[in-house]
Amino acid sequence: MRAPERVAGVLPWVGRLAPVAVLVVLLVLPYVQLDVSWVLPDRVNGPGSMQLLALCLVFGGIALSYDVLFGRTGLLSFGHALFVAAGSYGTALGLARLDLSLWLAVLLTLAAGVVLPLVVGAVALRVSGIAFAMVTLAFAQAASILVLRNPGGLTGGEEGLPLLRDAVPDLLTGVVNAPYRYWLALAYLVGCWAVVVWLGRSRAGHAWAAIRENPERVAVLGISTYRAKLLAVVVGCFLGTLGGIAHLLVVGGASPSITSAEFTLTLLVMVVLGGAGSRWGAVLGGVLYTYLDNRLLELASSEGVQSLPAVLRVPASEPLFVLGSLFVLVVFFAPGGLAGVVHGRARSPRSLARRRKRAA
Amino acid sequence: MSTLVLLLATGLGLGALYFLVASGLSLIYGLMGVLNFAHGAFLTAGAYGAWWAAENLPGAGDDGFGFVVAATFGVAVGAVFGAVVELVLIRPLYRRHIEQVLVTVGLSLAAVALAQGIFGADPRPFPRPGWTSGTVSLLGASVPTDRFLLMAAAVVVLLALLALLRFTRVGLVIRAGVENRSMVEALGIDVRRTFTLVFALGGAAAALAGVLGSVYLGSVTPGQGTSLLIFAFIVVVIGGLGSITGSAIAAVVVGVTQQLANYYAASGVGDFSVVLLLALVLLTRPQGLSGRPA
Repeated sequence: MRAPERVAGVLPWVGRLAPVAVLVVLLVLPYVQLDVSWVLPDRVNGPGSMQLLALCLVFGGIALSYDVLFGRTGLLSFGHALFVAAGSYGTALGLARLDLSLWLAVLLTLAAGVVLPLVVGAVALRVSGIAFAMVTLAFAQAASILVLRNPGGLTGGEEGLPLLRDAVPDLLTGVVNAPYRYWLALAYLVGCWAVVVWLGRSRAGHAWAAIRENPERVAVLGISTYRAKLLAVVVGCFLGTLGGIAHLLVVGGASPSITSAEFTLTLLVMVVLGGAGSRWGAVLGGVLYTYLDNRLLELASSEGVQSLPAVLRVPASEPLFVLGSLFVLVVFFAPGGLAGVVHGRARSPRSLARRRKRAA
Repeated sequence: MSTLVLLLATGLGLGALYFLVASGLSLIYGLMGVLNFAHGAFLTAGAYGAWWAAENLPGAGDDGFGFVVAATFGVAVGAVFGAVVELVLIRPLYRRHIEQVLVTVGLSLAAVALAQGIFGADPRPFPRPGWTSGTVSLLGASVPTDRFLLMAAAVVVLLALLALLRFTRVGLVIRAGVENRSMVEALGIDVRRTFTLVFALGGAAAALAGVLGSVYLGSVTPGQGTSLLIFAFIVVVIGGLGSITGSAIAAVVVGVTQQLANYYAASGVGDFSVVLLLALVLLTRPQGLSGRPA
């Protein structure tokens, strides 16, 4: 399950510099004119590509937020969609129904993003394991039903709730301004990354890791596992709510699909695909999954796939089939996810022994 | 009064569907510790199997004996699917519960997408015998006959499962395995042999739910398994993981509560109250109604 923290354990400074280098590359992407129509919808800084990349980054961040619960603390939650949806719907509702300014709506939503997980977590953490998963599922399902039933015409039901354009700065709306939404998404991801790095090194982060490995032992050591787990729930879900707000601004509306249990399952797939418990893994999983989910549809209508016999064409034109199968293969043959594959050599027993010898 | 009778009948019919899905889930969890997300896929496979058979299989049709043949074919598809999933995907990951759950999650996504690719996302009209769209007069209410079909099927499956567990050697091993698997293995009995059987049984029951659910809805869609699955999970947890009778009781409670609240309070309140019921049961009695730890 667990992948190591550093990208290059052999050369620590590479591990430190790599995130900065990646960040710089990501920051300047909107200035790159390169035409890459075979990997992205249009040239790198074209509106279609920017929109897709922004969505990928948002999901990278949301996957990272889910990993705080699943990969770091070992809490299997089926209710993460609730918190993402709270961010998306909370802000959209504040703008459309309460006529708030964007800042006030976001502030209120963020406050809800702390209170909601505090309440849900406090209740759900009274049980553990599958029961915890089920209680979180119950809360999320209740919210999903509520959104779909559209009480008083508030949530827009199956149609979703479009973002009120007038209330949002011009820079964040319109096709030409896609690069600004991209930078917004990038800022969200960087924020998540920073919080996870910071907390991962704090006492709380160590407590989470210990709880994941052996909760009984942590309790015997005199640390309150309940409080540590509650903190993980609040942090992970707060970052999820933040992701919901970013998602709303990037996509331009709140959609009921992000309230569903399937949405949480997708997050689980992303995290495991990339490598649970690893920052790089979770982010990579979220980005890659979103990218494939969008691009495989494109691929399905391409000539290469359309000319295949039906036996191959039909499965190949269903992105979820390809992703689901890929996921099963990863679980079987690469249990550490992509991060585990990259680190495969570094983690082999022989190299671990070597490292231990060197340390001694 | 007549409304109440109709609501109760519909609630029981719905509960019957929940039970058919939940019974397999419950046994699989109780014995193997696997929360089977692919169960919805078994249901979809059964529904499309019967739908396909009714049109293409010689001797099968949409009425009378032909429908029985079609339904049997659908159930067989579900059973084979379940057995294959256990043998190919679950068995190699023996005792790695999280990985097993993850595999079933991947399978559920892939299977629904595949069904959508093959049969299209739109609902297909399902072959249903003429008499299932008729009604029966009961205490002044005209109750659609398909509700009775659902209830009868669920009762038959319940009794068959209980008999299997109670009177056969395999049933004894399953019951003992649910109680304490390590002990059974320590006694030199290979519990793993029953895993495939439990998956096949669960697949068959879910497929039957798929067939009957499609009769009830009049159509079949790739996603219908997934939507039933969530409520089946709720039923399993409320009933107590691993308990068939617990699942049956919980299924009736959930089905009836849902119908009554949806009608008397407001549309949607029923689903809501079921979810609340789950949270309440888990928090006050984490082991579920049947009394075993979840």
